[in-house]
Amino acid sequence: MVAMEYTIQELEKKANALRLDVIEATTAAGSGHPGGSLSSADLLAALYFKVMRHDPEDPEREDRDRFILSKGHAAPILYSALAESGYFPKEELATLRKMGSRLQGHPVKGKVPGIEMSTGSLGQGLSMACGMALAGKLDKKDHKIYCLLGDGELQSGQNWEAAMLARHYHLNNLIAFVDRNRLQITGCTEDAMSLDPLPEKWRAFGWNVIIINGHSMIQIVEACAKAKEAETNPTVIIMNTVKGKGVSFMENNCDFHGKACKAGEKDQAVTELCRI
Amino acid sequence: MTGKKLAQRNYYGKALADLAAKDPNVVVMDADLADSTKTTEFKKIAPERFIEVGIAEQNMIGVASGLAASGKIVFASTFAVFATGRCWEQIRLAVAYPKLNVKIVATHCGISVGEDGASHQALEDIALMRALPNMTVISPADAYEAYAATIAIAEFDGPVYMRMGRSEFPTITKEDAEFKIGRASILKEGDDATLIGTGQMVALCKEAADALLEEGIDVEVVNMSTIKPLDRETLKASIRKTGCAVTAEEHSIIGGLGAAVAEFLSQEMPAPLEMIGTKDTFGESGAPDKLFEKYGLTSNDIADAVKRSLDRKKEMKG
Ligand SMILES: Cc1ncc(C[n+]2csc(CCOP(=O)(O)OP(=O)(O)O)c2C)c(N)n1
Ligand SMILES: [Mg+2]
Repeated sequence: MVAMEYTIQELEKKANALRLDVIEATTAAGSGHPGGSLSSADLLAALYFKVMRHDPEDPEREDRDRFILSKGHAAPILYSALAESGYFPKEELATLRKMGSRLQGHPVKGKVPGIEMSTGSLGQGLSMACGMALAGKLDKKDHKIYCLLGDGELQSGQNWEAAMLARHYHLNNLIAFVDRNRLQITGCTEDAMSLDPLPEKWRAFGWNVIIINGHSMIQIVEACAKAKEAETNPTVIIMNTVKGKGVSFMENNCDFHGKACKAGEKDQAVTELCRI
Repeated sequence: MTGKKLAQRNYYGKALADLAAKDPNVVVMDADLADSTKTTEFKKIAPERFIEVGIAEQNMIGVASGLAASGKIVFASTFAVFATGRCWEQIRLAVAYPKLNVKIVATHCGISVGEDGASHQALEDIALMRALPNMTVISPADAYEAYAATIAIAEFDGPVYMRMGRSEFPTITKEDAEFKIGRASILKEGDDATLIGTGQMVALCKEAADALLEEGIDVEVVNMSTIKPLDRETLKASIRKTGCAVTAEEHSIIGGLGAAVAEFLSQEMPAPLEMIGTKDTFGESGAPDKLFEKYGLTSNDIADAVKRSLDRKKEMKG
């Protein structure tokens, strides 16, 4: 099992290490999605080093918590979290997106230990998570299911079918996160297809809603602790975030949704992240 | 000889821009991929007739059908995987069944999508669309033909699916040629075998044919840019002459061009047929050229398939 005694400060350091991994891996690949990976880095650090019950030595153990990256394009941050946790050697991150690599452009179940589901086509992860949460209930198990959604992704109707089901079956073992960075490919989510008022939508579907700063480690950890105590209904943690967080020229910049750094940009990104 | 390397989607964008100025009835829709599909070119000229739906492909098709039922000529674009897979039943009920004037034009078809990997590589889209009654399926050979086909399908009344690639690849047709839906074209005449390509495989077919000619094998190269309805007349005339055929597509051999030609041959004029395409498998991440090698889609693979078809023809005669 991963030791869970990390302090908030240590978790913040972990998040930074994950960010560096993302920059290195996507730059080496020459493509990929750094923006949405960086906005989720703090959450992934919290989940993999504090919140989730999981064991890199025994990735299939039955009582593990499950994590589904519904916004599958953020694969680099998931691979980094898995590598930093010890699921596979860190050196392998440099093979991201290359021919023959286990680290496919979008996560593939079974390809790398620790990947619970294949994703990459947006809008499907919450349904998968519901299935796992239902199975957990049927088997009377106490593990949790965590699912990370993009905000643009929520425009896809399947999310709301899943949201309805999760409440209907009282899946209090399901915890969803929305990476509310307010950007998608085209630009601002509210210009492409407005999502606000987002918390009200989830509340209307019967979910517990917690709104936090998605870059505050303490808020993430506390929100997760609270969500774990949910008695009857599923919980969504809406994380207000900054796309590209941590690298000045990537922050709030749509260009880095699906584009890697060039060599010079990478050096600047690394310098900035090392300063933190 | 092949021409400049150009991306089909850029020429789709150009055609949409021309249509925006020409026909006030044209409406273009996209699902958060307008920069990639190049529907942005239409948006620049007619922003009020550009409809962004967000990441919601199923809804896009439903809304497209309503627009078309109200007299609009609708182009709905996104990546091929999402355009055909995510909303297949919406297309079936809301577009194909009522025979509405919706053009589903997808980019990023096939394995040449590259690094994004299998989740984004549509290798089943032709099969999905071809199975639908009333659906016309078009797969232009290059950027010029993508332009001409866009204009042609705007003028055509009825549901159309058109697929295009992501990357740049060599042009093989003439820049200002008119596109005739349902009509195959012969790029090179020959007597020994009929080589039928679609999409970016046509240029590779031509390359294979040129190489084979040096070995004394004279192949006829057919650009099958409409997959449905299939140009049976052109096929019949060519294969009657050559006696064997090879198909090449950046798509699964299940349900695609190869399958369409096999259905035709087995029912009307049995002849040996070899198929180049992916073989009941998903793709993976990698550089497009390396993927083409691994999945047997190179001009060498095509040339080998021609030789196999020639051997089988000989066996049948002998
Ligand atoms: C069904 C589907 N449609 C389109 C895409 C292409 N796509 C990849 S990422 C993306 C934008 C995602 O935005 P968001 O969910 O806000 O993610 P984030 O900002 O966290 O990167 C789109 C449209 C996709 N992967 N799946
Ligand atoms: Mg977003």
